[in-house]
Amino acid sequence: MEHSIQIEETIDAAETRLSMEKWLRMDRIPHIWCTGCGIGLTVSALVRAFDKLNLDPDQVCIVAGIGCTGRVGGYLRVDSLHVTHGRAIPVATGIKLAKPELTVVVIGGDGDLMSIGGNHFVHAARRNVDITAICVNNFVYAMTGGQVAPTTPSPAFTNTTPYGAYETALNIPFLAESAGARYVARWTALHIRRMSNSMMEAIRKPGLSLVEVVSPCPMYYSRINRLGEHLETMKFYHENSIIKHGEPTENLKIDFQKQIIVGKFVDKPTGS
Amino acid sequence: MKANPKNVLSGVHNLTGGQACVEGALAAGCGFLGYYPMIPALDFVNHFIKRSKETGSKFIQMEDEISALAAVIGVSWTGLKAISITSSSGFSNMMEHLGLGVMLETPSVIVNVQVVGPGDGDSGLPSQGDTMQARWGSHGDYEIIALAPGSVQDMFDYTIKAFSLSERFRTPVLILTDNVIAKRKGKVSIPEASEINIYDRKLYKGPKDKYMPFLPDDELVPPMVNIGDGYRFHVTGLTHNHRGYPIMNEECQELNVHRLVNKIRENTDKITEWVEDGVDSADIVVVTYGLLSNAVKKAVEKARAEGIKTGSLRLVTVWPFPEKRVDNLASRLKGIVVPEINLGQMVFEVERASHGQTNTFFVQCSGEEAGDVEMIFGSIKEALTKKKKYDDIIEYTPKSHGA
Repeated sequence: MEHSIQIEETIDAAETRLSMEKWLRMDRIPHIWCTGCGIGLTVSALVRAFDKLNLDPDQVCIVAGIGCTGRVGGYLRVDSLHVTHGRAIPVATGIKLAKPELTVVVIGGDGDLMSIGGNHFVHAARRNVDITAICVNNFVYAMTGGQVAPTTPSPAFTNTTPYGAYETALNIPFLAESAGARYVARWTALHIRRMSNSMMEAIRKPGLSLVEVVSPCPMYYSRINRLGEHLETMKFYHENSIIKHGEPTENLKIDFQKQIIVGKFVDKPTGS
Repeated sequence: MKANPKNVLSGVHNLTGGQACVEGALAAGCGFLGYYPMIPALDFVNHFIKRSKETGSKFIQMEDEISALAAVIGVSWTGLKAISITSSSGFSNMMEHLGLGVMLETPSVIVNVQVVGPGDGDSGLPSQGDTMQARWGSHGDYEIIALAPGSVQDMFDYTIKAFSLSERFRTPVLILTDNVIAKRKGKVSIPEASEINIYDRKLYKGPKDKYMPFLPDDELVPPMVNIGDGYRFHVTGLTHNHRGYPIMNEECQELNVHRLVNKIRENTDKITEWVEDGVDSADIVVVTYGLLSNAVKKAVEKARAEGIKTGSLRLVTVWPFPEKRVDNLASRLKGIVVPEINLGQMVFEVERASHGQTNTFFVQCSGEEAGDVEMIFGSIKEALTKKKKYDDIIEYTPKSHGA
C-alpha cells in the first residue's frame, strides 16, 4: 500500500451532544440499530454537517425509504417523511419542486436507493434535482434478514448465497457519475469527520449529490463471512481504505475484503 | 372558500374531457401535476402544461407512474394541491402509492382514463375494467373515494368535487373516466370564480411542538401542516401512532387503520352522491356510472315509451357505493339492470347490496352508444319477466373464438 492510512480525528463529545439534542428526536432514543452498525455514525456525521452549515432545522426535510437506514428519518427532529421502499427520491423530488428553498436530504440503504429505487436515483441524477442522497452501503439486505444485495461483493456469503455471491456488484459512484450526479464521495463509517465534511459539501452543492457510506452489518454480513464481532469489521473497512480524491469512478468497484478506495471523486460545477 | 379567479377560465368553452378535467383541477386550486406519458391521458397533460404559463402551476414528467404519484404525495405535504393522471396500466403501477397516500392521509387526486386490459391491453378501447381495482387495488384494509364523470361537463364539475373531498377527508380521491369521455369534445360551462366553492384542508394552528399528524378531529380527519412551516413532524407509511411514529403492534394497527377506514365509512352519507331518475315509480331500475350514463338515459326513455316503468340510478361516487339506497330500492323492484363496459364488476356490488330481494341483470356494453342502448333496452325488457338464478348473473357468450 503506497498511500499511508490516515487516522481520523475524534469528535469533541460535548459539542456532539449539544448538536445531537438540537437535531434528534430524543424521545425516540434508543434507536433500533445494532451494536457495530455504521448507521448511527452516519447520522451523527449528518447532524454535524447540518450544524456546521448553520441550517435552520425548520427548513430541512428528510425523506427516507424502507430498511435499516430508512429509519433515520424518524430520529431526526426535522420535517421527515418515511415512505415506500425505494421511493424516497421521487417524493423528495416533489418536495424540492414545490418548495425549492428547503434543504432536502434522502437517506437510504444500498437496496433501497440502488436496487428497488435504482431507476429513481438514475433519473434524479439525470434531472439534476437539488437533493442530497446518502447511501449507507452494507453489502446486504439487513432488515429482511441478510439476503444478497446488488452491492454484495463476490464471493461473499449471505443467507441467500450459501456458495458465495456470484453476480457483479454495483459500483455506486460509477453509476452516480454516469447518470449525471454533480458530487460523489465515498467514506467508510469510521471516517466520521471526512464523511461529515463531504455531507456539508454535498448539501451545499446545487444539483444531485451522493455520499456513499461503507458500513458493516454485524448481524447479517460480518457474522456469516466470519469478519469478526462488533467493531472489528468497521475497523477493517477503515484500515483497509485508501484515500484517492478524484479517482476515476470506474475504478471504485469494491471487492470482497479488499482495499476500499474512498474520497471525493466527482465535484462538478452545476450546469455542466 | 371561493376559487381563485386567476385559475378559472370562466365562460362556455369547447373542450375535450381531458381539458375540462384540467380546468376543474385549476379551478379547485391545483398547482401541481406529476405524470408519466400515457396516450389516453395526453390531452389532459398537454392542456395542463399549456395553462401552467398563466396559472403558474408546476408539473413534472417522472420516470414512471410509481414516482409520478410519489412526487404528488411529496408536493401535497408542502401544502400545494396536486393531481396525477394516467391510464389503466399506469393505474396498476400507482397502486403502491395509492396505499401510501391513504396511510399518510395525503390529499391528492388521481385521474384514471380507463382502457381495456389486462396487461398492455389496447389503449384505443374504452373500458370500465378498473372499477374494482380502484376499490381494492392496493394491499391492506382501506376505503377509497372514487368519482365517475358521465360527460365532458362532469369532468369539470367532478374534478372540483374530487379535490374538495380529498382535502376534506385527507385521502387520495380517484376520478374514473375512460378513453371516450377524455377525448370527446363538448361544451363546458365554467362559472365565475366567485360561484365556485372549494374546500381547503384543515390546518393545525396549535403550539408547534405539540403537533400530531394523525390525531383526528370530530370528523375523524386529522388537521395537517405543511413541510417547511416549522412543525418538524414525522410521518411514516408503517403502522403508526398519532404522533406519526412507527409503533408496530396489534393495538396500534387497530388505532391506526380502523380510524382510516372509519373516516370514510362513518362519513359515507356526506360523501356518497348519486342521481336518480324516476326510480320511485319504477319496476326496473338501471344502475349505471360513467360513460354509459347517456346510453342508459336513452334506453330508459325507450322503455318508458313502451310502457315499462323504468328508472335509473347514476352513481356520482362509485366508491363509497350507496348500499343503503340500493338495498332499499331492491325490496320493491322487479329487477335491476347493470350495464358496464367490462365483463361484470359493479354488478356484483349491486347484487350484494340488494341482498337477494330482486334479480340483477348484467349487460356487457362496448361504449359504442347506439349498440349499447339496444342491449340495455333488451335487458330491461328481459328483467321484467325473466327470473334468474344467482349463477346466471353473467351470461357471457363469446361472439367468436379468434379471427
